[in-house]
Amino acid sequence: MNKVTINIDWCKGCGLCAEACPKKIISLASDKLNKKGYHPACITDEEKCIACAMCAVMCPETVIKVEKL
Amino acid sequence: MGQIVFDRPKALSDVQLTYCPGCTHGIVHRLIAQVIDELEIEGRTVGIAPVGCSVFAYNFFDCDMIQAPHGRAPAVATGVKRAHPNNVLFTYQGDGDLAAIGTAETVHVGARGENITTIFINNAIYGMTGGQMAPTTLYKQVTMTTPYGREKNIQGSPIKVCEMLATLDGTAYAERVAVDCVKNVNATKKAIKKAFQIQMAGKGYSIVEVLSACPTEWGKSPVEALEWIRTDMMPFYPLGIYKDVTEG
Amino acid sequence: MGKVLMKGNEAVAEAGIRCGCRHYFGYPITPQNEISAYMAKNMPKVGGLCLQAESEIAAINMVLGAAASGVRAMTSSSSPGISLKSEGLSYIAGCDLPCLVVNVQRGGPGLGGIQAAQSDYYQATKAMGHGDLRLLVYSPSTIQEIVTLTSKSFDTSEKYRVPAMILTDGVIGQMMEAVDFDEMVISTPADKSWASCGHGDQRKKNIINSLYIEPEKLEAVVVARFKRYAEIEKNEVMFEEYMTDDAELIIVSYGITARICKSAVNLARKQNVKVGLFRPISLWPYPSDALLNLAKKDITKHFLVSELNMGQMVDDVKVSTHCLKPVSFYGRTGGMLPAPEEILAEIKKILGGKA
Repeated sequence: MNKVTINIDWCKGCGLCAEACPKKIISLASDKLNKKGYHPACITDEEKCIACAMCAVMCPETVIKVEKL
Repeated sequence: MGQIVFDRPKALSDVQLTYCPGCTHGIVHRLIAQVIDELEIEGRTVGIAPVGCSVFAYNFFDCDMIQAPHGRAPAVATGVKRAHPNNVLFTYQGDGDLAAIGTAETVHVGARGENITTIFINNAIYGMTGGQMAPTTLYKQVTMTTPYGREKNIQGSPIKVCEMLATLDGTAYAERVAVDCVKNVNATKKAIKKAFQIQMAGKGYSIVEVLSACPTEWGKSPVEALEWIRTDMMPFYPLGIYKDVTEG
Repeated sequence: MGKVLMKGNEAVAEAGIRCGCRHYFGYPITPQNEISAYMAKNMPKVGGLCLQAESEIAAINMVLGAAASGVRAMTSSSSPGISLKSEGLSYIAGCDLPCLVVNVQRGGPGLGGIQAAQSDYYQATKAMGHGDLRLLVYSPSTIQEIVTLTSKSFDTSEKYRVPAMILTDGVIGQMMEAVDFDEMVISTPADKSWASCGHGDQRKKNIINSLYIEPEKLEAVVVARFKRYAEIEKNEVMFEEYMTDDAELIIVSYGITARICKSAVNLARKQNVKVGLFRPISLWPYPSDALLNLAKKDITKHFLVSELNMGQMVDDVKVSTHCLKPVSFYGRTGGMLPAPEEILAEIKKILGGKA
């Protein structure tokens, strides 16, 4: 299993990570607001993550860390 | 133990960026920081921040930074580089800064073949002042100051910076890239790295023009904005290498 | 080296090199072109750089970059070109950077003329760019003095991290005089640990910047800078008094005009007219206290300001002297110079029957 860590306090909810994810396992948490008032990105099914880091590559805030376990 | 596939580069300061959601300044900042890390040059790099949205770039990189007057980053960088030839200099400039108010400085830093690197963010609009026409605003593009769309016979033509600078003998490297998708972001990083390497080899002026998104002033969602780079910007501003003295 | 015969423009260039300045950035404009010609010829001999920029704007920003990276840097121009440098000078002041700018003044406004003037007094001393800012402004009267003021400019500029200007004119720039460079006091450049020239993985990053988006922070930075300005006003005032002890009329004049006025004083004294000369050498900080002391003397009846403009220094004299004594003005402008006899006639007119 791979691990994706998102610094949700710095996430601005732009959704570019979700758009880039080939497995479509990232969505914006519509039920959650971070300190800045954005719906942060969250991983819906980490089991399916292939650690391709495409989400991190497209993230303008560089708040995504990807680890291959 | 897991293997880290992706993490924040060291040369990117541990502070939150001040850009709008989906603004791709952040991607380009990170790419520059990654290149600085990979080339292990943070200690001798000096970055020049422009005026515009990216004025705060001096807060976002961990190398020494200087904030320049609007459009004058190439002249400021020249002053540093001539005093410290071993420093690695990059200017970070938007389209208004580089291609309007600072056009003379832009042309002449290339003409002198100054060993500095410019990262040029072309998003075809003025962001910080609220969405006015940029020198790179496209024909028909609606902005605050072209509410009926840019007309050639009224507001004139967009400037193709890489094509223009490629005509100068002192320009060693000019490439236009985009940050609209993973493939192009990776290509942008490669171009930035090459530009820095050309500077470090003393071959002359290098510039990487990055087609970049301004969702806020374009009035588009971040995802739509990336699509607009592809559908509207790329046909007028073709990606590619316009000058490379290391080739052929 | 001993005494050599040199133009003022060449002398300020040589003095800059002797001060350890190795980075000169310029753009051609009359009547200061000998400066860049001298730099272009002599900088390479000492491993220095003379770079002709694409504009005065670029030149001052190259100075900004070089100064921000910690080296002694200078530029020169003449009036219209100095206007173009005002943006850069405002940033340099806002970034607390030391540097030297030489203004070999010519007539204005606009393209004006190419003959000597002092009509940039307001600009240099009151408004050399937007914002709350000051420049050290020195006004030499001789070629020898242009040399000593060059090292003074660099030293004081670095000590307080305030940009310096030598405000001279087309006559001083173009005329030749004997000058002795051995009289220069060359000091060691100040510590520049604040400079942005690569942290070398040895320290935290340095930022050279004039932007403070929070008004509280900007106010604090400006107020702190004005405390340094107050120190300068206390410690760095320079002036010369000539025959003021028993003078009934005191001419206040600087630069080339002060020399003409000195001749007028000598002419007047031959006719037993009690005239003296007060010559501000630093135009900012302005020698207000010394002028006030003269104004308080019973013997002092009148001040006469003389300069190559329409009276730009008159207000400074009135404010400095608390208007205790009348302040008159006689000047020429547009590139014209007064003769000593013209000034003497003005003196006699003011003193009336008493002369």
